[in-house]
Amino acid sequence: MSLRVDQDHARFRGIVRGKIRENLRRYISQGEMIGRKGKDLVSIPVPQIDIPRFTFGERQRGGVGQGDGEPGDPVGGEPGEEGAGKAGEGEGQHVLEVDVTLDELADILGEELELPNIESRGKAKIISAKDRYTGIRRVGPESLRHFKRTYKEALRRAIASGSYDPGTPLVVPQREDKRYRSWKVEEEPVVNAVIVYMMDVSGSMGDEQKEIVRMESFWIDAWLRRQYQGLESRYVIHDAVAREVDRDTFFRTRESGGTMISSAYRLCAQILDADYPAEEWNVYPFHFSDGDNWSMDDTLQCIELLRRSVLPRVNMFAYGQVESPYGSGQFLKDLREHLGGDERVVTSEIRDRDAIVGSIKDFLGKGR
Amino acid sequence: MSKIFSHTTLPRYLRQEQEKIERIAAEQGLDFFPVVFEMLAYDQMNEIAAYGGFPVRYPHWRFGMEYERLAKSYEYGLSKIYEMVINNNPAFAYLLEGNSLTDQKLVMCHVLGHVDFFKNNFAFRATDLDAPATVVEAVRAPGQPYDPNRKWIDKMANHGAAVRRVVDRFGTQRVEEFIEICLSLENLIDPYSRFVVRHRDEAVEEEPSEVDVPRLQAKDYMEEFINPSEFLDEQRKRIEERRQAQRTRHPAEPTRDVLGFLLDNAPLERWERVILGVIREEAYYYAPQAQTKIMNEGWASYWHSRLMTEHVADASEIVDYAENNAGVMATSGGRLNPYKLGVELFRSVEERWNRGQFGRDWDECDDLDEKRHWDLRLGLGREKLFEVRQLYTDVTFIDEFLTEDFAREQGLFTFAWSNRGERWEIESREFRTVKEKLLAQLTNSGQPVIRVEDANYANRGELLLRHDHGGVDLRDDYCKEALRALHRVWRRPVCLATVVEKKLAVLRYDGAVQSVTQGAP
Repeated sequence: MSLRVDQDHARFRGIVRGKIRENLRRYISQGEMIGRKGKDLVSIPVPQIDIPRFTFGERQRGGVGQGDGEPGDPVGGEPGEEGAGKAGEGEGQHVLEVDVTLDELADILGEELELPNIESRGKAKIISAKDRYTGIRRVGPESLRHFKRTYKEALRRAIASGSYDPGTPLVVPQREDKRYRSWKVEEEPVVNAVIVYMMDVSGSMGDEQKEIVRMESFWIDAWLRRQYQGLESRYVIHDAVAREVDRDTFFRTRESGGTMISSAYRLCAQILDADYPAEEWNVYPFHFSDGDNWSMDDTLQCIELLRRSVLPRVNMFAYGQVESPYGSGQFLKDLREHLGGDERVVTSEIRDRDAIVGSIKDFLGKGR
Repeated sequence: MSKIFSHTTLPRYLRQEQEKIERIAAEQGLDFFPVVFEMLAYDQMNEIAAYGGFPVRYPHWRFGMEYERLAKSYEYGLSKIYEMVINNNPAFAYLLEGNSLTDQKLVMCHVLGHVDFFKNNFAFRATDLDAPATVVEAVRAPGQPYDPNRKWIDKMANHGAAVRRVVDRFGTQRVEEFIEICLSLENLIDPYSRFVVRHRDEAVEEEPSEVDVPRLQAKDYMEEFINPSEFLDEQRKRIEERRQAQRTRHPAEPTRDVLGFLLDNAPLERWERVILGVIREEAYYYAPQAQTKIMNEGWASYWHSRLMTEHVADASEIVDYAENNAGVMATSGGRLNPYKLGVELFRSVEERWNRGQFGRDWDECDDLDEKRHWDLRLGLGREKLFEVRQLYTDVTFIDEFLTEDFAREQGLFTFAWSNRGERWEIESREFRTVKEKLLAQLTNSGQPVIRVEDANYANRGELLLRHDHGGVDLRDDYCKEALRALHRVWRRPVCLATVVEKKLAVLRYDGAVQSVTQGAP
């Protein structure tokens, strides 16, 4: 059904996309575009354009809250937002925060960035059975008892039978009140995928650069995990030599010294050779660096390695170049020059944190 | 009644519920306009909510922005608008299709609370379209029930039509830009202006008497030395100049209705005047809701809980009701929930007046134990509640009824930004601090108080506004943009006298350059 608001909405989208009224774009609240907070708490961006008014500076102002805590304890959330509220005139929360699972999160990300679903390359020949908890039933093992539903049933019975006393609100579930989760067995084809993350940890990669890589790889991980059950990740760090590490080390290590990118690609090819035959696996190597390589010779070796032993077996090879004050950024140019025509190669420049979202779109926007 | 209801989309079983609930509510003393309930699908609900409750508004992208926010948060399952009701006579309220019957009943009860509040709270008298310029008494013929003209749905639709006509002539972009200019100044209104009876003392307008320069006390022979005549002449001249300036000053008294002042005095084109007029009227329409957010939600919540638990919900529904109600009342992350604060405060007032915990004896009693068991069995609670809902707004409500005990029970605290921790931190739980901060936050609905002081500042036709600095500076970047908007309307340099980092300052924009001058204007 078409709505009256559609016209206003289209106009707003136009402004956000920068197609009309460019002068307004500067008011679009940046915030964190998509940021991970805490364990599963995620901010979802909804672009808002503030109309500037005479108003108070938020930080100097402070406010009044309600709840537990001692002076000096942090207050959750942003002040100025109200919890449940009616549609207010002119007031708006800028960033919505909510608990979502990683799967949902990936869907939202996909929707936000208009990412296509990935067409799997592997042959879906292995079928596996999976249990999914979808319903509720009256019998089941205690370990699957649904506490909330059980409690509600018990409370309902207590009230209906008149034994509920608001003074001493004691509710004792009986056998017939109990509710259990029930599951269905679903069969699904198994598709295998592996991501090989490679990162330059030479002296020129600073903490900020690593943070960018960390954030970006988190989102890539989330999206690919949504697309493939049983995604595997491998981590490779390199300066002049490459070695395989665990996830934790991957993000922490900082070495000094030179950079030989070919070492990483060689190791990557070895890993793929050993564990991931191309006909059964979807393979995604991601390489992040500041674009500073030791020598032109090494760069040519890299390109040779990619052409010969990496590209033939991957869905996509992604190279992300993080801008750093020390890096020359030459490697990206070389890569584009030699392999720019190959559609399996995707390159992206990541200038700063704000560029992460655009870069994710570069990498995943092709649906490969 | 039947005429109104024949057009609604409300299914018959809900119409029956509505009749039943309205009967019960009326028995309980609620006094509301007729209510028209409409059943909406979620996208229609989001659309109407985006338009601030009205089916037709003037065209502007910010409604589209609001729609996107609501639609997204619904689709991601973050929030859902349960109810919406607009201050109109008859009142219109919307129910979300697909909600359970228990939820619909809850919403109906809640809505009746709101409509009773719209009809009876004095602040909303300012939204009567047939009220005189100064609202002192309710307009009503003797023996007639209060039935004001609040056809705001029509009014807003007319605004829409007027703006669309202008758009047809001058193009979307030009009009849209001017709407944004007006919205930048939207908060510069005076919600109480309709209730102020201004006595113009005519004597003041007369020629003032001979200027009498105050002299220092001196003995005769010292007079010429202590009050030298040159000095006296100089003083006399200065006082006369000041008087002269006062006489020609415009506005004669500083006014807080900046929008109204601009409408009357700024060199606007006719179409611009139309737009500014629309924005101003709508700002005044929404002002009472901003002034009574806590009370209005509290009152509606108080009544939905009373009606549901005592009369409307049956045993099979009470658990679902309680779960839902708990969701509405929840406070999370240390935020203040206006529903919760409002309902608790109303309940506390009811209990105190039932038990006679007010007045001199109560205030002067030092004995904690005596206070704890204080019960005069006056039973005045209900009566007091109805009085409070009529005569208070959030500021006066909190000021009068938020007690130290209440603040402690509710766990209220103030928070402040910590530069060291780069986060918001709990600052204090001390009663005075908390209450002062809360009142400061509610004063003028959280907007800065800004007056037009001089339309011919420095005798250059510049507009001077003054911000009553209450301890918090204005946000710098927004201030500059708002000044720019003001300049667009006034078309001459504009100045704002305020305080920046504890020093008097005048911010000025002359159409090209933003400047700041230290000191008073």
